[in-house]
Amino acid sequence: MTGEHQKLALLLFCAFVALTLAITLWAGRRRHGSPEEFYAGGRLFTPMENGFAISGDYMSAASFLGISGLIALYGYDGVLYSVGFLVAWLVVLLFVAELVRNCGRFTLADVVASRLRRPQVRFAAGISSVTVSVLYLVAQMVGAGSLVALLAGGHTGTGARTAAVAGVGALMVTYVVLGGMRATTWIQIVKAVLLLAGALTLTVLVLLRFHGDVGALLESAAGRSGHGADFLAPGLAYGGGVTDRLDFLSLGIALVLGTAGLPHILARFYTVPTATSARRSVVWSIGLIGGFYLMTIVLGFGAAALVGGDAVRADDPSGNMAVPLLALDLGGGAASTGGTVLFAVVAAVAFATILAVVAGITLASSASVAHDLYATVRRSRARRRGDRTAGDADGAGAGEVAVARVAAAVIGALAIGLGLLARDLNVAFLVGLAFAVAASANLPVLLYALFWRRFTARGALWAVYGGLGPAVLLVVFSPVVSGSPDALFPGVDFHVFPLQNPGLVSVPLGFLAGWLGTVTSAEPADPVRHAKTEVRALTGAGAA
Amino acid sequence: MNNPLGPEEAPPAPLHDPWSDRPDWSGRPDGPPWPDVSPWPARSVPTDRREQLYAPAAPAPGWGWDGWEPEPEPAPAVPPPRAAESAESGARDGDAWAEPDDDVYLAVHATPEFQRVRRRYRRFVVPAALAFLAWYLSYVVAATVAPELMGRRVAGPVNVALLAGLGQFATTFLLTWAYARHARLRRDPAALDLRWDIAMRTRRADGYVDSRSNPPREPGR
Repeated sequence: MTGEHQKLALLLFCAFVALTLAITLWAGRRRHGSPEEFYAGGRLFTPMENGFAISGDYMSAASFLGISGLIALYGYDGVLYSVGFLVAWLVVLLFVAELVRNCGRFTLADVVASRLRRPQVRFAAGISSVTVSVLYLVAQMVGAGSLVALLAGGHTGTGARTAAVAGVGALMVTYVVLGGMRATTWIQIVKAVLLLAGALTLTVLVLLRFHGDVGALLESAAGRSGHGADFLAPGLAYGGGVTDRLDFLSLGIALVLGTAGLPHILARFYTVPTATSARRSVVWSIGLIGGFYLMTIVLGFGAAALVGGDAVRADDPSGNMAVPLLALDLGGGAASTGGTVLFAVVAAVAFATILAVVAGITLASSASVAHDLYATVRRSRARRRGDRTAGDADGAGAGEVAVARVAAAVIGALAIGLGLLARDLNVAFLVGLAFAVAASANLPVLLYALFWRRFTARGALWAVYGGLGPAVLLVVFSPVVSGSPDALFPGVDFHVFPLQNPGLVSVPLGFLAGWLGTVTSAEPADPVRHAKTEVRALTGAGAA
Repeated sequence: MNNPLGPEEAPPAPLHDPWSDRPDWSGRPDGPPWPDVSPWPARSVPTDRREQLYAPAAPAPGWGWDGWEPEPEPAPAVPPPRAAESAESGARDGDAWAEPDDDVYLAVHATPEFQRVRRRYRRFVVPAALAFLAWYLSYVVAATVAPELMGRRVAGPVNVALLAGLGQFATTFLLTWAYARHARLRRDPAALDLRWDIAMRTRRADGYVDSRSNPPREPGR
């Protein structure tokens, strides 16, 4: 890429950063430090605003660049990602959005703790939320680093990457610490609009190039890919051995069940006043996200047809450059003004995407640290001292928000460090991992707490740790960490688990552990708490 | 009901709901330091509806539900001490995790109105979820197990796999629309009524002054 592209992209990106900082200052100017304001933006967003913010939180650079790239390289197998990422929202809509809004206050652990009333349960749910958030955050940081390396032409030193990762980390901590949920939400809304506008422009240009004939687009993509008709059928990426196919199945399960356990997505439902608005937010976001993933399919096939698989692979073997290259081609080629502008726009939008996503995750994980972990420890210490009023929700408010701000900074630093350590891992894969852990550790306990009458505190602890432990352990002993050339530690080999994604095993284990812990529990289930949870979940009585 | 933890494992004090909006005054016998101001906005309820709410409701069997007296005694402005309260209700004696409004929720849980909302929710959600999960899983499994079938051409370059993928998008949009419509028409009004009932009843369980000793303003009068 020439200096011209980089200069324009940098300029656009700086404009976006300036805009987001202005939003942060605007959102933070009248803050009074209440938890409602910091974690939930005062709960006064409209369903449409929240729907855009949810889409902005969910559509990461991994899907914009990664999925289109996979489609450009492997054809139909990439489409399966788009489908999984969208269908997952039905789980959120049907089982999670309204009930979580009614039963919780700020975090996922709120819902589980309000059903089971044990500090250990809240602590466990907090631990798994933080784990999922940090994994997802690392994925986005790695994405930021590789994006810079890619856009700079792939021949930059580690310096530029490190600077990009550290810069993204510093910005996200600034947004969260100064602006809380209000700033984060508006940044996500702006980003969602930019991303959708960018994708829509490119999609229209692709379709115009083929005079609106989708059949011609597909024929041309299949012809240029070198695979012929196979390009439009499954099997190119995951058609290898049994392991490959099981890995794909595992990923499919993790994608569809993981979304409903992502802490930063659940946190978004608390920013609207009622469960009805939470439902309408999800309807908005399903529309926006569905439209976006349909466009990624067109962009992926468009890149295969117009740029060609070999050209995409030449720039980046994992295909992440497909959309930027497509933009260059659609604008009129590398030497033209149109190409330069479109390329720069795509690059800036991709970067804006990463910033908005990391801000949302940082906020959610700092809420988990302060509201779940720190508050539990504080309360149990106070109880041991015999101070019985220390657990009051209102007295803890301001102190808790201060802790959350510090936690955001610590998590930011941690994510920068891990992001630099893991910088060679594939971004889409890391995202799949975060989804797998969320589906194994968070979803079982959430569904049991909301729906199962006999669920006990012991079952909850088992469900969380019985999903989290296997998911993390299976990753440690998978080919991702050791024993393959692109592993985290390529030099050593201690992998015993053949699949890259643990979802196929760890999700059933999480559900099984929760069931086992419940049926072996000496303490009987509390039917009163269950009845209360059901009434609250479905009516919204007593909701925050 | 017995304390599930057993007497020796019971915590020294009831753990206050960590995110309840009602502060735990159990450690402060002098009660909350604010004047008695109704926390709920006035809302008019049709008279027959109100009778229905405050009529001695059918007791939920086994929970010591003794109905609502039509006229409360002059209620104290401060919540009574927690221990006295649970002794009065009789339902959850000695239960460290009991809350004053538990009985309200239990009573509402037993009402036919709530059971109807719950049944409508489950009757829609369970079959819908089974259907879309089965449809999605069969799609993923077919892609991995039977790529030949998925690659069969239907029209021009369009094959079964592409149609199935677009079908997933279409069914997702369709189910979203159907669920939102069902919830809006079949559940929302009843759920809002129940929420209102519970709000009124919870105030009494908490010991706050009932609205009828301080009657709600009727709009338009």
